[in-house]
Amino acid sequence: MSDASINASRAYEDEASFGDYFALLKPRVMSLVVFTALVGLLAAPVSVHPVVGFAAILFIAIGGGASGALNMWWDADIDRVMKRTKGRPIPAGKVEAGEALALGLALSGLSVIMLALAANVFAGAFLAFTIFFYVVVYTMWLKRATPQNIVIGGAAGAFPPVIGWIAATGSMSVEPWLMFLLTFMWTPPHFWALALFMRSDYDDAGVPMLTVTHGRRSTRLHILGYTVLLAVLAVGTAFSGIGGPLYLAVALVLNALFLHGAWKISRRDEDDSEADNFKVERSFFKLSLLYLFLHFGAILAEALLKPYGLGGW
Amino acid sequence: MALRKEHEIHKRRSGRNLGVGILLAAFVVLVMALTLVKVTAPGFQLPDSQSSSQSPAELEQN
Repeated sequence: MSDASINASRAYEDEASFGDYFALLKPRVMSLVVFTALVGLLAAPVSVHPVVGFAAILFIAIGGGASGALNMWWDADIDRVMKRTKGRPIPAGKVEAGEALALGLALSGLSVIMLALAANVFAGAFLAFTIFFYVVVYTMWLKRATPQNIVIGGAAGAFPPVIGWIAATGSMSVEPWLMFLLTFMWTPPHFWALALFMRSDYDDAGVPMLTVTHGRRSTRLHILGYTVLLAVLAVGTAFSGIGGPLYLAVALVLNALFLHGAWKISRRDEDDSEADNFKVERSFFKLSLLYLFLHFGAILAEALLKPYGLGGW
Repeated sequence: MALRKEHEIHKRRSGRNLGVGILLAAFVVLVMALTLVKVTAPGFQLPDSQSSSQSPAELEQN
């Protein structure tokens, strides 16, 4: 067997499968996008034809996936360094960076145009702005420039319920922005908890996470600060047009638990955390996933109960 | 080294082709369903250029 044939054989082994291209779209993030956009669409005070609603959510999800592919194209260098991301298709050698760029651009165009046609031009334009914000403002500019990267970048992940609402109504109001703020304020404590126990990753990649630039003590206090603001906002949302008694009950329980977790994190020092392998930080991170899911689930439940005279106040 | 027909790469490529094929077919079905919903909606109106009583042949002449 010649060297050339060995090289050819290896090249074939590295050839991407369908799943590798799908992984470029960050399916886990897409699932969050689908869920929050769906809640935004269903919480809107208008009825949407199921086919139009399905298409709107699908194209919002594809737009989110396209942002993920463009993010992986730009961040391939730091993804190679971080444990959490080095298995992604580009650093793993499955997909060329240029292919991710092409896929991301093609899906961005497709999703924006199709959302504009299926729902309305305002929704399509807002999706285009969201992709621009995530790829250019967050990924290309802020992520490597400021420790507030997570805070501002969190906005991109918080837009889907607003787009869902606009897709349904064609207009804007206060309620979708409350859903936006819920995700926006939730993102920093969620990611900073992750940064506390995945600490070497961001250091190695040179990403200016708060843990690196301001220290771990400051990060713990930031988590508490944002959690307090988030709790006020989350409970306050119960008294808006998308809230109701069920949402209020869910928000009170979850925010009490979340505040308790953030308080414990703020009181810990590094020796305590290392002694139990960041048990409190890890459980706070897990709770944060449930926190967002149940808040949006409660908003959805209120919306679905309204036709039966049960949801809302 | 010649690739044998049952090489794993063939499976991977056919999986990829099948995936793209299914997605394209689903896209066609979705666009058709959206079109049906839009044109049968109560408020649907043809664009001005097509809503006159002129026949297609008359429109072509114009």
